Amino acid sequence: MLHVQGITGGYGKEPIVKNVSFDVQPGEILGILGPNGSGKSTLLKMISGILPNQAGTVKIADKDADSYSPKEFARNVAVLPQMHAHAFSHTVKATVELGRYPYQTGLFSSWTAEDETAVNHAMERTGVARYANTLIESLSGGEQQRVFVAQALAQQAPLLLLDEPTNHLDIAYQQQLLDTVRSLAVDEGKTIVSVFHDINLAALYCDRLLLMENGEIAKIGLPQDVVRETIIQSVYKAAVKTQAHPELPKPQMTLLPSMNGSVEESLVVDETQFTVTADSVQFHAYQSLKTVSSAVHNPGTGWYTTFVNRHVDANYDCDDVKKEMEDYLEKRGHHLTDTVGMMTAVQTLHAEIASFADKGISIVIAVTAGVGNAVDVSKAREREANVGTINTWIIVNGRLSDEAFIQAMITATEAKTRALQTEKVLDPLTGTQATGTSTDSLLVAATQIGPELPYAGPITPLGKLIGTGVYECTIRAIQTYKEAKGWKS
Amino acid sequence: MRKPLIAYIVSAAVLLTAVGLGVSIGSVHVPISTLWNQGADTTATNILWKIRMPRVILAGLVGASLAIAGAAFQGLLKNPLADPYTLGVSSGASVGAVMTLFFGINIPFLGLYTLPVFSMVGAAITMFVVLGFAKLVDRGLNMETIILTGIIFGSFLGSVLSLMIALTGEELRQIISWLLGSVSMRGWNYINMILPFTIIGSFLLWMNRRELNAMLFGEDRAKHLGVDVKRRKLVILIGGSILTGAAVSVSGTIGFVGLVVPHMTRLLWGSDHRHLLTLSFMNGATLLIICDLIARTIISPTELPVGVITAFIGAPVFAFIFYRQRKGGTA
Repeated sequence: MLHVQGITGGYGKEPIVKNVSFDVQPGEILGILGPNGSGKSTLLKMISGILPNQAGTVKIADKDADSYSPKEFARNVAVLPQMHAHAFSHTVKATVELGRYPYQTGLFSSWTAEDETAVNHAMERTGVARYANTLIESLSGGEQQRVFVAQALAQQAPLLLLDEPTNHLDIAYQQQLLDTVRSLAVDEGKTIVSVFHDINLAALYCDRLLLMENGEIAKIGLPQDVVRETIIQSVYKAAVKTQAHPELPKPQMTLLPSMNGSVEESLVVDETQFTVTADSVQFHAYQSLKTVSSAVHNPGTGWYTTFVNRHVDANYDCDDVKKEMEDYLEKRGHHLTDTVGMMTAVQTLHAEIASFADKGISIVIAVTAGVGNAVDVSKAREREANVGTINTWIIVNGRLSDEAFIQAMITATEAKTRALQTEKVLDPLTGTQATGTSTDSLLVAATQIGPELPYAGPITPLGKLIGTGVYECTIRAIQTYKEAKGWKS
Repeated sequence: MRKPLIAYIVSAAVLLTAVGLGVSIGSVHVPISTLWNQGADTTATNILWKIRMPRVILAGLVGASLAIAGAAFQGLLKNPLADPYTLGVSSGASVGAVMTLFFGINIPFLGLYTLPVFSMVGAAITMFVVLGFAKLVDRGLNMETIILTGIIFGSFLGSVLSLMIALTGEELRQIISWLLGSVSMRGWNYINMILPFTIIGSFLLWMNRRELNAMLFGEDRAKHLGVDVKRRKLVILIGGSILTGAAVSVSGTIGFVGLVVPHMTRLLWGSDHRHLLTLSFMNGATLLIICDLIARTIISPTELPVGVITAFIGAPVFAFIFYRQRKGGTA
């Protein structure tokens, strides 16, 4: 539909856009990205004929863009400009009707039923039909933008060029607008080229991205190939991290602010910072730790300062465990969004907490263990869920990569299983060797300060510490548990 | 546009009323019935057709021309303060006209139309110089930039006029009274002089009513909507110059009509040029007929120049629009 071949041009003699080529197919959304001054808006203006190109060609529907008459061009290309204020005001209907200008011929009005249908359809599609007789100036920014989308839609052009369509819109309007744009491409097969300021929005809604740098194409391709840390960092000169969208297979990026690190560098966790009472095991860090856990309160990945492993009665039974846990934490003055909470039926006073250090790496491990409902996972079947009985915390003084977090969890689980084996804990139902209990919880937290620890497999220095640490603590905790229960080891 | 049909009916009714008042009120009362009962009173008939009617029609044509030109300039420049007077275009037309009188220019081929044609040329040249200079100062063509440029060129042209007047000697009187803006004692000749140009100029603007609507959103936007911006802009500017030039050549400089009328019309009926242009045309005629009526009756038997009355109304409206614009509202 749109074929751009080696275009060069700009405002003055010195070209802003240099030798840019790309194609866009019907039904496709191409997002144009780039830092300020990289020429993305200029590129769009050259395609839409506002600025001349010094070299190269723009072909629309296999025809040279220059060979179209102004009205013919507007029947094929609709442009949604950036928003700006106006001195005079039209009604919404009159504004949308202007979208039919390219279809008007002759001196007198040639308004047809087809024009009227197109206008009404465009207004309904963008949800502005009910404002038809309102003056645009009395609408909010988001509604005004939708009126201009309707105007562009009334042009019924197969190619749509958008210049930062979500500028100044709040997120609900951003979503509405881009959902509409997306459906124009997917459902109606329109070809869409849009300049974006926001890399994440572009990555979410576009099929392909074109990244501009100093007027040239730095990269063009699928969002996952363009929104990469190294590429974005080199083009935008900003420190960023990319990650997957939580719900969709699209890349997202986030800024890495450069913080003043003098205070943070001093954060080192050791076992003396833990508070153990009959009610709970608690640890409070004065800075957030990056945490991955299967806790009751705030499970998953996050940054937290307070860690609570709470003792509950063995017969604890509650319909809404999460709510009850929140009430408990709140009552004790913990800030809900900063706290990770677990629970156990084991006496928290029996917790095993110890520091381990080697080769400049140090970790703290805290384990509470009871093996009343031990399970052989290979023979597991439907069992009633019960309060967790082996809760393991591993707190690392260092910077962990994502894979190190996962490896740390594998290593810790293997060490725990080995401890159960050493202690000859059996699944009471099957009589075979138990590998854990039915509701064990695991937490790995790291200060993300200090030494880089990219891996935590069992033969890495960190893995070795975790392996031996978890093994030793779990064994001691099980022994204490057995003694308390009066069992013979 | 809210109710176009009602707007046209109301405007037409008001215009007819103004014409009726204009021909009947004066030092001698002329009953409206004289229009269709011509034989009854010869004096009244004479006053009506020789003095009052040409005066009212001329005032109407001048008012209509200036108002529709103002509406088009405002739409084109997206500037509610633009009108032939504030842009300095009227001064340009005056210089063109005064030069014709000063040098006694008479081009045989143009005959009667020599004066309006030179006036239009003066208007057109001033228009392009003012806009060119404003664009040089500020590419975005801010409201204030355009008006300031208009004032600069208006003052300059004003001093050119003063110079020419100072050099004319005995013809001084005639030119000065003409300059103050008046439609008195002009006769049917002057109507012949302006009518063709009012028709041509208004038609050129009316042809571009949809384009003016599109251009309210900016020239780039108009281009996106399929408007041949360069050509249309040129036609609109030429149309506006023709109207201004023709109006100035028959009545001198009458300020603010092109500002007040479109503003009021927009307030009442909206800013859709498909109707705004025609309605401004009608209401412009009404306003100037009424202003002229006031000018010749308010301190009768002395007659005020009609430009005094329009400025008296226009300047406060100008101030009001400027205030509203600056306070973020729209005019």
